[in-house]
Amino acid sequence: MTDRSNTLATIRDNALWMRRRAFSMVHAAQLGHPGGDFSATDIVATLFFGVLRYDPARPEKADRDRFVMSKGHATGVLYTALCRAGYYSEDWLETYMQPGSKLNGHPNRQYVPGVEANTGPLGHGLPIATGIAIAGQIDGSDHRTFVLTGDGEIQEGSNWEAAMTAGHRKLGNLTVIVDRNRLQQGQGTEETSSLDPLPQKWTAFGWEVIEVDGHDHAQLLEVLGAEPGDRPRAVIANTVKGKGVSFMENQASWHHGVPSDEQFAQAMEELV
Amino acid sequence: MADTLTATARDCRVAWSETLEALAREDDRIVAVVNDSIGSSKLNAFATAFPERTVNVGIAEQLMVGVGAGLANGGKVPFVSAAGCFLTGRALEQIKADVAYSGYNVKLVGQSSGIAYGELGATHHSIEDLGWLRQLGQITVIVPADSWETEQAVRWAAAHDGPVYLRISRMKVPDLDIPDRRFRPGVAEVVREGDDAAILACGTTVHLARDASVLLAEEGIRARVLNMSSVNPLDTEATLSAARTGHIVTVEEGHVRGGLGGAVAEFTASAHPCRVTRMGFDGFRTTGSAEHLFEEAGLSAQGIAGSVRASLSA
Repeated sequence: MTDRSNTLATIRDNALWMRRRAFSMVHAAQLGHPGGDFSATDIVATLFFGVLRYDPARPEKADRDRFVMSKGHATGVLYTALCRAGYYSEDWLETYMQPGSKLNGHPNRQYVPGVEANTGPLGHGLPIATGIAIAGQIDGSDHRTFVLTGDGEIQEGSNWEAAMTAGHRKLGNLTVIVDRNRLQQGQGTEETSSLDPLPQKWTAFGWEVIEVDGHDHAQLLEVLGAEPGDRPRAVIANTVKGKGVSFMENQASWHHGVPSDEQFAQAMEELV
Repeated sequence: MADTLTATARDCRVAWSETLEALAREDDRIVAVVNDSIGSSKLNAFATAFPERTVNVGIAEQLMVGVGAGLANGGKVPFVSAAGCFLTGRALEQIKADVAYSGYNVKLVGQSSGIAYGELGATHHSIEDLGWLRQLGQITVIVPADSWETEQAVRWAAAHDGPVYLRISRMKVPDLDIPDRRFRPGVAEVVREGDDAAILACGTTVHLARDASVLLAEEGIRARVLNMSSVNPLDTEATLSAARTGHIVTVEEGHVRGGLGGAVAEFTASAHPCRVTRMGFDGFRTTGSAEHLFEEAGLSAQGIAGSVRASLSA
């Protein structure tokens, strides 16, 4: 196999492992946000196992690439990725949301290596990522910053404050990925406060915009792994909330729904 | 007293900006982050000297604080400087999550804080900031009382690894005449000795408290005056000692709830109950100059002395 096909096989294997492991965490805790975990899994797996430069033994290394999880509720996918990437052992995952666990419902960088920001309230990740990218620009460093937002999340105005400044400063070292599953907590984004036409909005703020199938590892690897350009890059990843489990797909109720034993068993049969 | 705002009174913003510029020459990690507030932060010279380290995000306070956290992530020492009312009010959630809870090494600098923008109205007054930020716990909240202390506080903040809120007023204040001064957050300065009562003040009101104590001394009342350099951490040792006089008057250019007075009342209620009179501003104020609003709230030597007398005779 070629290096690229090896990488794609690794991403696929890890994405499957992450979905199964994240859902077992949510099942055990009877808490979590599995719908958004599953829409983001292929994006996060592609970043950690095909794109990002990092050393889990030195999580604060100055020239690391940064991944900022702005949709901080999707800890199922974040914690499984960091575990698989080598930041901590699998037994940490058993403690998910248990009293005193380091693995809170939303991430805490002071407890969990590899976490860049304590997100949870929405619209915080892109401003922080913009600051990291400016630091890189000042230093002339080649580290890159990737930030993953939900799509409902970009209704928060702070994102557009950041979009304006990142476009103005031509932060080519910054990439935002919008997990475009078209569902927010209660209903569709277009029924709530519509985001479309979404690509044109980012373009108008001075960003390079690329749309991809957010579950196609080959597309994701090509776009996220591409060399930085002379402008910040917005990747609109069209995804399916609950992707991979038939009864969860495209159901807003699985935003923070949790599985019964029967549903969990069925999901494990499907996630193979 | 007439001599409180003499020719010796100085603008603490000058000490802030000159000190930051001097520090930035020695430490290239120092970055200024502003919301179109270069002029109001007195950072024109800094921006000219260090254009690449002046990050002006435009009128966008949430972004400004988030960018501060990101710069800290990238190894910088950001001083995020803006009018205190907008910095702390508009970006409070970013201050909570991105700075305090995330533990990032960000210095928040509230300019023209308190009631300094008097005539502009309550939207531009920053009297809630001490209560809001003190409660976050993880942030050292410093209220310099004069130019000397402002310089020391900026130097301390730059050297300290952790979140800091520096509250800079626009009102000119005289330098306090205290021998052998040393700035330490959590350690109050004794401005005047006295055991009949204690006046615990911070920022622009410390010199007024001193003058009040002078007035009271003429009547035979010995009122201790403490400069409470930081509201978080509170100097609990000095506050406990003050409580033992039986009468504490707190004075601040801030809200009477939640700030220095709130901190002192909370502490003494359990540690050593005593009479605590809180002076400051009780909610939104009408228009008027800062000096007018000070007078209206009794924030004068006569007003503070009156509160001490009232406490002693209650």
